[in-house]
Amino acid sequence: MAVPFSYSLRNLWTRRMTTILTVAGMALVVFVFATILMLAEGLERTLVETGSADNVVVIRKGSASEVMSGVERAQAAVVEVQPEVAVGRDGRRLLAKELVVLIALPKRGNGKASNVVLRGVGPASLELRPQVRLVAGRLPRMGSSEVMAGRSVVKGFQGVGLNERVCCGLRDWRVVGVFDAGNTGFSSEIWGDADQFMQAFRRPAYSSVLFKLRDAREFPAVKARLETDPRLPLEAKRETRYYLDQSEIMAKFLRILGVSLTVIFSIGAMLGAMITMYSAVANRTAEIGTLRALGFRRRNILIAFLMESLLLGFIGGAVGIACSSLTQLLTISTLNFQTFSELAFRFTLSPAIAAQAMGFSLGMGFIGGVLPALRASRLNIVDALRAV
Amino acid sequence: MTTEAPAPIIDVQGVSKSYRRGELVVPVLHDITFTIAPGEFLSLMGPSGSGKSTLLNLVAGIDHVDGGRIIVEGVDITRLTETELARWRANSVGFIFQFYNLIPVLTALENVELPLHLSGLSRRARREHALTALDLVGLSHRLDHFPGQLSGGEQQRVAIARAVVTDPTVLVADEPTGDLDRVSAGEVLDMMARLNRELGKTIVMVTHDPRAAARAHLKRHLDKGVLSADDPSENPD
Repeated sequence: MAVPFSYSLRNLWTRRMTTILTVAGMALVVFVFATILMLAEGLERTLVETGSADNVVVIRKGSASEVMSGVERAQAAVVEVQPEVAVGRDGRRLLAKELVVLIALPKRGNGKASNVVLRGVGPASLELRPQVRLVAGRLPRMGSSEVMAGRSVVKGFQGVGLNERVCCGLRDWRVVGVFDAGNTGFSSEIWGDADQFMQAFRRPAYSSVLFKLRDAREFPAVKARLETDPRLPLEAKRETRYYLDQSEIMAKFLRILGVSLTVIFSIGAMLGAMITMYSAVANRTAEIGTLRALGFRRRNILIAFLMESLLLGFIGGAVGIACSSLTQLLTISTLNFQTFSELAFRFTLSPAIAAQAMGFSLGMGFIGGVLPALRASRLNIVDALRAV
Repeated sequence: MTTEAPAPIIDVQGVSKSYRRGELVVPVLHDITFTIAPGEFLSLMGPSGSGKSTLLNLVAGIDHVDGGRIIVEGVDITRLTETELARWRANSVGFIFQFYNLIPVLTALENVELPLHLSGLSRRARREHALTALDLVGLSHRLDHFPGQLSGGEQQRVAIARAVVTDPTVLVADEPTGDLDRVSAGEVLDMMARLNRELGKTIVMVTHDPRAAARAHLKRHLDKGVLSADDPSENPD
């Protein structure tokens, strides 16, 4: 049987100030750890939610993203006639030949220029992306210099509000609508007619061809056919996979950054916990002697002190996770390395991140507590009793 | 006609003990031999540094002999492993310390219940035993008080309740009245005498106080590590 749990818990309460300071140090590390993981998760989730599982994106082979891709009109025409492409209610194929161009716009607040995706779309683009909803104004007319802006762009950049004009490609583009695409990357884009953009930006080729499968299970067949056709230097990806790939480098970078930073910070927090626990052992030497005299074994003492240190880690973890969960209320905007464009997303706290953060905090508690606990368990009973 | 003496409950045979201080070896006990009969109340007296607390610690199994044997209730405790010795202490010895040694973050009831966590008793049984022990020392009204909220005499009574809650055969007391005023010391000694008389507890007590020593059946003097001959008390209870 072990030393009662209340012994460990009440000792933490008894030395409240030390406990609070140690917990605060641990909570800070957990906060940084969880927040950076939430950032990576938010980025990944935003890009994954941007895609739809039964949509296929066709880009030039070897292009990491649409920005670097080019699909010639003739190649796009071959893709369009594939039998796996779904047909809409109006009898047209659910396929959009799109162009992606990056333009620099001044950000709100600091006025610094940052890249925004200008997406030239086709008539089927909206139907292919049901998450895109018009929230103000109207849809731009095909064949005109009208565009609609995503809500995150309107919020984050100057001069792209409803009825304002965006000057690029030697033309003025009137913003006639604002759309919301929820928690997806489209909210960070400006959409207009693909053919108008091709003329204005002098692009001879589309960036990508997007189509809906009539049956999601037919993806391997269409992929194999498109990628083995000698006329087509193209590759086909499910839209979800395509956007996941886009988030990969940045999410990995954030995770490595987060883990490296917090490992360094955690050394400080662990030393803090260790000092706290060493001082607890020093102040309670006579108590340890008494417990041992009463018949508690070395192992019981080790567990009691380790429990105390783990409790510090647990409380630090809970406080850190609670504070980091508040960042979910924020939306941040940053440059995605892979598309070179601005992307708005939210910090996302998933159960896995909460579990990792708590595990990390308990780990700090364990490492900080194990040496003092070992010291406590190895005290000589008679010497310890003399410490009254 | 002669009556056969009962087998000793504590049999100390040729025990010696010394401490090391760096290179220096300081002998504390030399070839100590004595026995204590069941239900005996023995006081160990002697000047500071004479080795009485060391002898008490050896009998209680919290220190190790350099030579000799200590047999308690037929168990040679000098041959037990550390784990076995811990289990033996939990079951067979009750400790009463000079400074009470209560756990400050636990209430009186929880302090008394503490040794029972090693007994495998249910939570309810532990509580019942602890309540009985606290009732025995007249502290049923102080169950939820923390040690810091109790007087010295009350704290020592809680410590006595903790010492007897596992129903050990032997109680060891190291200067149990050393930190108490005269009235409280009297109450504590009364209580120990009662435990000895009514419950048959064998008590080994180290004390400087002649009044405390007078409550014991037997007084032994220890000086420079050597034990004097038996000195039956003038005032056996």
